[in-house]
Amino acid sequence: MSRVIWSPIKYRKFSIGDIIILLFLGSIIYGISSLNIIYSEPTQPVGLDLTPTRLPLYALFSLIRMILSYILSFIFTIIYGYAAAYKKNLERILIPLLDILQSIPVLSFLPPVFMAVISLFPGSKLGLEITAIILIFTGQVWNMVFSFYQSLISIPKDLREAANMLRVNSWQRFWHLELPYSAIGLIWNSMMSWAGGWFFLMACEMFTLTNQQFVLPGIGSYLSFASMKGDMPKIFYGLLTLITMIILLDQLVWRPLLAWSQKFKVELVQGEETYESRVLLWYRRSRILRIIREYVTDPIRERLDKFFVERSQKTNKKTYRTSSLSKIFNGFILALILILVLRGFIGLLGLIVKIPLSGWGEILTSALMTLLRVSIAVGIALLWTLPVGVKIGMNPNLSKIFQPIVQVVASVPATAIFPIIVMYLVDLSGGLNIASILLMLFGTQWYLLFNIMAGGMSIPKDLIEVSDLCKLSVRDKWKIVILPSILPYLVTGGITAMGGAFNASIVSEYISFHNEVFKIKGLGALITESSATGNNAFLAASTLTMALMVVAINRLFWKRLFKMSEELLS
Amino acid sequence: MELLRLENVSVSFKFPEGEITVLDNITFTVNENDFLALLGPSGSGKSTILRAIAGLIKPKQGKVYFKGEELKGINPGVAMVFQNFALFPWLTVFENVELGLKNLGLSPEERKKKVLEAIDLIGLDGFENAYPKELSGGMRQRVGFARALVMDPDILLLDEPFSALDVLTAENLRNDLIDLWIEKRIPTKAIILVTHSIEEAVYMADRIILLSKDPGRVIKEITIDLPHWRDKKSYEFVEIVDDIYGVLTGKPLEKISWKDRRHFNIPQASVGSITGLVELVDDLDGKVDIYKLGEELLMDVEDLLPIVEACEILGFAEVKEGDLILTEAGSKFADADVLERKEIFKELSIEKVPFLKQIVKVLQSKSNHKVPRPFFLDLLKQHFTPKEAERQLDVLIDWGRYAELFEYDDDRDELYLPETLEEANIATEEER
Repeated sequence: MSRVIWSPIKYRKFSIGDIIILLFLGSIIYGISSLNIIYSEPTQPVGLDLTPTRLPLYALFSLIRMILSYILSFIFTIIYGYAAAYKKNLERILIPLLDILQSIPVLSFLPPVFMAVISLFPGSKLGLEITAIILIFTGQVWNMVFSFYQSLISIPKDLREAANMLRVNSWQRFWHLELPYSAIGLIWNSMMSWAGGWFFLMACEMFTLTNQQFVLPGIGSYLSFASMKGDMPKIFYGLLTLITMIILLDQLVWRPLLAWSQKFKVELVQGEETYESRVLLWYRRSRILRIIREYVTDPIRERLDKFFVERSQKTNKKTYRTSSLSKIFNGFILALILILVLRGFIGLLGLIVKIPLSGWGEILTSALMTLLRVSIAVGIALLWTLPVGVKIGMNPNLSKIFQPIVQVVASVPATAIFPIIVMYLVDLSGGLNIASILLMLFGTQWYLLFNIMAGGMSIPKDLIEVSDLCKLSVRDKWKIVILPSILPYLVTGGITAMGGAFNASIVSEYISFHNEVFKIKGLGALITESSATGNNAFLAASTLTMALMVVAINRLFWKRLFKMSEELLS
Repeated sequence: MELLRLENVSVSFKFPEGEITVLDNITFTVNENDFLALLGPSGSGKSTILRAIAGLIKPKQGKVYFKGEELKGINPGVAMVFQNFALFPWLTVFENVELGLKNLGLSPEERKKKVLEAIDLIGLDGFENAYPKELSGGMRQRVGFARALVMDPDILLLDEPFSALDVLTAENLRNDLIDLWIEKRIPTKAIILVTHSIEEAVYMADRIILLSKDPGRVIKEITIDLPHWRDKKSYEFVEIVDDIYGVLTGKPLEKISWKDRRHFNIPQASVGSITGLVELVDDLDGKVDIYKLGEELLMDVEDLLPIVEACEILGFAEVKEGDLILTEAGSKFADADVLERKEIFKELSIEKVPFLKQIVKVLQSKSNHKVPRPFFLDLLKQHFTPKEAERQLDVLIDWGRYAELFEYDDDRDELYLPETLEEANIATEEER
């Protein structure tokens, strides 16, 4: 009896997928070796070779940085998500903590991270590199953790029971149940995280700390430098490189991943929404991938499996009670986190008390200014995304055309285009205000658009038909059918957009352009400036203010709206 | 030979509002070659018994013994088939079946052999590489069976495995299972089937344990001596089914306690379905066999029983030996016009349902005659799970609204007395 079990596609020739994979591997290896060359060169204090021919290399450096910080994010996500989902007493601390961490802008992490890393790697460029990677990490990790945690706690009870009945061990549970169940959410959030990473790349690759400037070779720092000098053609070349890279990544990595991840859908009915990717087909036919699978990943997986099977058979006496040892361990971790949080809190208090009353006045007025700008940006975004998003979402043909386009456009970081906008607006009165709002708008309107589009897709067709039959006026149709249906999506989009806009204020309110610093009154400007000048007290206070403001708005406004919309629809 | 023994097993679940007992003092034994069915209405904890046997939950009191040894953790000798299949959508049929073998330390070749055998046995040949979403419901449940059987369990646990399938597919799969069982083509030593279908239990099992609900208790154990294959139309078959109907609807145990319990469980039956049933029975000359009624209406016991129960509580009908008989009040209700019906319903419901009376009293005692919903919910939560309390209150509100005892504002989550009632009230008080 011979049956083919494993391979649905039997013939495999050398395919385009192989070429793509080879190119990718080759460029990464080249990048790493060149990184070495640059680091063995004597350090030039501040400066970057802006020759356009160096751009591909810079792009590669940035890419490697992004990949490393993404790997870091992924590991962190798994650990944090596991702890929050399975340790009930940790959950109570970890989840609110996540809420706060998420609302802290990237640059606020800079001084503590820098201090810690530099003290570990004194005077080396490697330390700077690690700093940048951790900074990118702080910008992209939180939503991934949230997504993983949410998936873990919503795994259907019968699947869990089935896994228990099949007596799978912890590794198999992770590999066959938890990771697949979380896959779709994780991939979507990874895409968002990468977009966020590109957005703050300029800030992460070139930063000023206690009046000292640090530069790492990369596409972000290239753009920063070019715009600082006001060199238009160079900005343009940099932008072109960046956009090319982002589109390539989208087509060669994210699209195929998304199409592949559709097999992890839990619903047993086939949904309407499908993601297709020709590239995925290429990869499936790829010979290299098959060789890798046959000779590398499959044996590794089999070996891993065996290792865990043997381990679990040794400790097979799985009983109802958690052992007292693990309880002590839990308590220990809990205490450690509490001490850390407490220590941080005391440190924060110690910093904040140094601020005079007038300082607080400035922080508060700045906060109000930023809040105003954020509200205007979100308001404008809402104004156009609401009709457009609903229109596209409700029409399957339109969404088929527009979804991929919008995704590519959205993944181009607004920070990269920002210098051009500033150049045109800088001489206008109030131009900086407009520029700042524009950057927030470009950075965050996509969250709203995506969510509203998803909402539009979810409106039940029969409701639309009924409202057409009843000849409802456009106004009534919106009021009775559309708005209530999309409200939960709108709120989700709103939370992300608003949080994103606050975070974007750190790059939009304080700009180095044409060898000049432009800034406007705002919380973001305050954070960037105090980080650059090493005013830690101000940095701590304004970061705290921003985090509190974001959390408060979420709790008092969005979550209430969400609850309301849930009740309306139930 | 004894395989499994439950001794005084009680299970309760904790909620912020308190503990709810789901299983109360369950004791029974499963021997080799037993095909046992656990039969009871929803809320009788029959699936919970299965999970206690599987070791998925730990009993609060009492013990489960497997082959004479007390169970601590997952039961090593059982496999389970789930109501909604519980297949892993991202694994193929082959991989789904293989999963349970992976932790046994078999080589890939041995695993493949066993999986293919199980797939052959259950009739899934040719679907090895298919994903569950490509399969029909019946085929999916076959994967569920293959996944359980490949583990060579001593006891096969079946948690309503046919209830998510359409009638024909379910029948087909039932017969295949009986065939495997009586022809001894599987090494399984005993099967425990959880079901709410009396017919299914009588058709398949050799022994039936009947359970009452809230909390689940063993009411009766019945041995079925009919040889396989059983004829559902035969006199003996129908006799047994009728008997069980009588026991389940009569519920002698609960009847006594009803009067004592101020907050007894209101069955999930809307006024509309109560009225419908009363009218139907009236058309059938005031008396009808419940089993036949269920068959005619194509309704499960699960769906029909609450309505029957509601009619009993309100005094519209009585159940005697599997027959539903309309009372005098019932036939009066059936003949009345809309307004008169409301009057009758009002009288009876306030008399027979103490909690409705309590709601009206509370509303009257408030000066503005308005009380928010959570107030009553909290009262109910002392006796029910939060979810059940919500359901209870929904039914109570449905009944109360129909009887015009009070009104309900969904937007404000408020119960209130309508104006006319208020005025009437004030009037009576002034007269005094």
